[in-house]
Amino acid sequence: MKWFDYAAPRTVAEAAGILASHPGALPLAGGTDLLGQLRSRVRETDLVVDVKRIPELNEISWDAARGLTLGAAVPCYRISAHPVIRRAYPALADVAALIGGVQIQGRASIGGNLCNAAPSADAVPVLIALGAVCLVSGPGASREVRVENFCTAPRRHVLEPGEILVAFQLPPPGPGAGSYYLRFIPRNEMDIAVAGAGVAVTLDDGHIRSARIALASVAPTPLFVEEAGEWLAGKPVEPQSLAAAADLARKAARPITDMRGTAEYRRHLCAVLTRRALEAAIKRAKEERS
Amino acid sequence: MTHRKTLVRATVNQESVEFLCEPRQSLLECLRDILGLTGAKEGCNDGNCGACTVILDGRPVNACLVLGVEAEGCEIETIEGIARAGALHPVQRAYLESAALQCGFCTPGLIVATKALLDQEPNPSEERIRMWLANNLCRCTGYDKVIRAVQRAAEEMREVRA
Amino acid sequence: MSESTYAVVGTRPPRHDATDKVTGRAHYGADFQLTGMLHGFILRSPHAHAAIRRIDVSKAEAFPGVKAVVTSADLPESPEQMVDIGEGAMPLSYIRGNMLARSKVLYKGHAVAAVAAVSPHVAEEAASLIEVDYDVLPCALTVEDAMRDGAPVILPDLRTKEFGEQTGRPGNVAEHFRHVLGDAENGFTEADLVVEREFRTATVHQGYIEPHATTVLWNEDGHVLVWCSSQGAFTVRKATAAVLDLPVLRVSVTPLEIGGGFGGKIRIYLEPVAALLSKKSGRPVKIVMSRQDVFEGTGPTPGSHMRIKMGARKDGRITAAQAYLAYEAGAYPGAMVAPGAMCVFAAYDIPNVVIDGYDVVVNKPSTAAYRAPGATQAAFATESVVDEIAENLGLDPVEFRLMNAAKEGTRRADGPKFRRIGCVEVLEAMRNHPHYRAPLEGPNRGRGVAVGFWFNVGLASSCTISVNSDGTVNLLDGSVDLSGTRTSVSMQAAETLGLRAEDVRPSVGDTDSIGFTEVTGGSRTTYATGWAAVEAARDVIGQMKERAALLWETDAASVEFDRGVFRAGGRSITFQELAAQLDETGGPVVGRGAVNPSGAGGSFSGAIADVEVDPETGKVSVLRFTAVQDAGRAIHPSYVEGQMQGGSVQGIGWALNEEYFMSAEGAMLNSSWLDYRMPTSLDLPMIDTVIVEVPDPEHPFGVRGVGEANIVPPPAAVSNAVYRATGVRLYRLPMNPVAVMEALWQKESEPGGGSLHSDAAA
Repeated sequence: MKWFDYAAPRTVAEAAGILASHPGALPLAGGTDLLGQLRSRVRETDLVVDVKRIPELNEISWDAARGLTLGAAVPCYRISAHPVIRRAYPALADVAALIGGVQIQGRASIGGNLCNAAPSADAVPVLIALGAVCLVSGPGASREVRVENFCTAPRRHVLEPGEILVAFQLPPPGPGAGSYYLRFIPRNEMDIAVAGAGVAVTLDDGHIRSARIALASVAPTPLFVEEAGEWLAGKPVEPQSLAAAADLARKAARPITDMRGTAEYRRHLCAVLTRRALEAAIKRAKEERS
Repeated sequence: MTHRKTLVRATVNQESVEFLCEPRQSLLECLRDILGLTGAKEGCNDGNCGACTVILDGRPVNACLVLGVEAEGCEIETIEGIARAGALHPVQRAYLESAALQCGFCTPGLIVATKALLDQEPNPSEERIRMWLANNLCRCTGYDKVIRAVQRAAEEMREVRA
Repeated sequence: MSESTYAVVGTRPPRHDATDKVTGRAHYGADFQLTGMLHGFILRSPHAHAAIRRIDVSKAEAFPGVKAVVTSADLPESPEQMVDIGEGAMPLSYIRGNMLARSKVLYKGHAVAAVAAVSPHVAEEAASLIEVDYDVLPCALTVEDAMRDGAPVILPDLRTKEFGEQTGRPGNVAEHFRHVLGDAENGFTEADLVVEREFRTATVHQGYIEPHATTVLWNEDGHVLVWCSSQGAFTVRKATAAVLDLPVLRVSVTPLEIGGGFGGKIRIYLEPVAALLSKKSGRPVKIVMSRQDVFEGTGPTPGSHMRIKMGARKDGRITAAQAYLAYEAGAYPGAMVAPGAMCVFAAYDIPNVVIDGYDVVVNKPSTAAYRAPGATQAAFATESVVDEIAENLGLDPVEFRLMNAAKEGTRRADGPKFRRIGCVEVLEAMRNHPHYRAPLEGPNRGRGVAVGFWFNVGLASSCTISVNSDGTVNLLDGSVDLSGTRTSVSMQAAETLGLRAEDVRPSVGDTDSIGFTEVTGGSRTTYATGWAAVEAARDVIGQMKERAALLWETDAASVEFDRGVFRAGGRSITFQELAAQLDETGGPVVGRGAVNPSGAGGSFSGAIADVEVDPETGKVSVLRFTAVQDAGRAIHPSYVEGQMQGGSVQGIGWALNEEYFMSAEGAMLNSSWLDYRMPTSLDLPMIDTVIVEVPDPEHPFGVRGVGEANIVPPPAAVSNAVYRATGVRLYRLPMNPVAVMEALWQKESEPGGGSLHSDAAA
């Protein structure tokens, strides 16, 4: 690994200042992606900025009106164990418990998962499905970016030099809400999604009031399939509706063929995973209502 | 760039330590090459094998995916700190008595990960054990005797607590 | 299973080295440190096949902290010779060429140059400054590519050997051999059913968790001192000395603990390079491979292309069999196709057989041994065809195998006639196992069986036993301990001496302290080194009898020894009491054992696998698995079980997900454990074991090696189970989800191809 310097700022402003004055500096959260990339020279930098010691990036807070505020550097194990997240945002708890293994979950963060901007990032479809917004601070004014607009290409995102992802804001789930994340991997752990589907639904009596569906690993960026969710809104909860939404997800996918799977196989998985994730999310929503 | 080493203060196996390291050196390198604690092993250096597992502030982590400088102010427990006062920890004894090792290279990581599990969950199911240890690759045993060793250690530790 | 009359053999004492391994104190290759030690880094080829036009190391040499840089120009020149490299011999020029490429690189990952510096990071940074000009050449990555007319020629000096004769024909086929038994053509005409199928398997890696690591000091006295993890210190010494053109006396190798090998740590990769760096820098040099280096720069096991044809009568008798086995050698000749041919039909008594084997060079890393090398590929093919025939004849797959099972006196097509073997006993144990009889319920589930053979080897082993005055003994042998062999060897000595296992303190010697001992490989250590320990113990007993005779003023021939007590003429003395009197009776007693057994008893292994296939994703889950193996005699049953469980799981990994995924340009795209998917704890059930004991008639305790045969049947057993779960048979490894799904789609698209049970329809 090439030499780099290390800074561990204690405030958002300090971090933003360092990042702004050192183009090419890389923020470090859990490091589970970044350190491997530095070692294999996928990324290079002169300065690593450890953002874990900034309080706002390490907090989880809940407010019935505003919903959940999740610090970008909170490690996965705290997320999957958090009682509010487990109850109100179960798909987020799911995904925090399946990224890597226990050792990875001790370090890896959701903010890091998003900023790594890999198409396969497991947490991103969940954030999109749950309607999460990124709270971004920088040298100028703070701004908000919807998660589905954050990644622009593999390993590219919208942050400007000096900007830092501080936290995610997730709206409070309405009544009858359920969410689920399902990915397909050849093994049962320690694997990259061949495809993944994150879904969030809300139910009325026997009907789907709203739904949001997003996919992993089937496009250059995590893919929000808005049309599938919109199509489902108002439909009865029955297999044909779910199959039709799953088919829309399949059609939206733009996968490539690589060592993890063929494009055809991935398109097929999109339909299977979307349907199965919808079934599981609906089951949760029903349990929530009962 | 400064090319200056950084002084890191941490607690390793309940003792205060100070060491100088390069920011690019992983915690694993610092433990092995600077502090002489070679029990944690490098199997892949990318977080996939778990042979370098140590406990950092109460959580098992891959020491290859932590920078030494990140350990400032942290408490670290390594395989060298598991046995106390000349006696093996029940987890170590269970691995030894269950023949849960062959080449032994992944064993320190497995034992540290197992201890971290049993410290927080005294009675894990087989499925839970398999899930918890999924980040610890072992190529020799096929995991059968490893899982049984964890169950045996859990039982013994429950008896001691009871 | 025979009732044991032994006090130590067959018991389960703690391993002598276990405490050091559960406390982290055991020292493996990378744990070794010397004062003033430098760190080496090897620059590797980015191309699968290219001519090297120029190497400029000047920038690397000038980089601060760099102490030495070497290329192939630093290797000595010496006349061509064959060098024994542990499992077969190889021309010296190929061994040297694999250390540091000379005029061409032959695979991506081929070592090109090396740097020694004050830290691994500095060495790596400096290596990136080495400029290498390549002329990239077209590459051939599979046997089919390499055997095609007009294929790129990988080794210009290679001439095909055919049926034992040099043909003078250039190309990529290093050797074509044939074994013939009876008249296969005629045998097929006697058959009522003939099945012929074509198979392919991917390149896979042994996957040991410890990367290769070595430390070398080229001492001022001209001695080269090596500390490394390997499967055999003497093989490292021989190969290192040959590459460096030194007499073996000038090279000393101290084996450190080894973190797995499975055949992959027999050949050397680093030692001569570290030695050259040490010579140039005047300091000890340590080189530790990265995981990517291990995948790309060491020897995986061959990918293969095979055709198997078998014929049987309606009554279930196999009348003829034919095999075409073409294995990828990698960059240099030496694919393990010869052992594959020895094993391909070994489980069966077939009167008419013809086997063709092809050793084919390709632009991949030079392949090495992997647990029963060559046999697993072949068994995947044979056992799939056997399963198909059994089904077509309406016979139970285990019964069909029993009807044709090899037994004492069966002749293999490659020549040998079996002595007492346990093939029938293994199959009977499978048939009688509750797993085989248990109902398998639920949709998309299937059960498959398969058997496999590995011949095992004997070879040279040395052992000394020194008697302590308290009646304990120190045992020194030359076998690197990969899996508990210190204990399985000590137990045989203890049994012979009438001692407890814990009364023996074993250690593994270096090349200066113990007699020549072959590698820990070929399932030979408990067999051959155990035998050497028995010989050493017998030597101790003989010497102790003389001491007793001296005390009793009688003839040594009249002294008898049984279970730790010497007796003669009504007098008796225990081993411990006599040990206390060695000083008075002539001094220390040191026993020696040196053996070189040939014709080790082969081991048969069987597997029963239950799988479930997700019809919507193609993912195969192993629900239950039972391994059966003939151990001859299980010295330490826990570690015999461990071998069977570990081999089974490696076989399951080979079956389902493991492969070198290559780009068209010859780059391995998945050279990390994230994407080279070895099974994790969460991917497996418990692995049940049944140890069958059909003692080898020649070994003192009847031991047969158990390290290898267990990997042979699992891929075929899993494939046969997938077939029974889905109606789809796969002819290619790995059977990963994409491959299974594509096979299911293919079946659905065929006329009459029914759809599987699917929860989509539910």
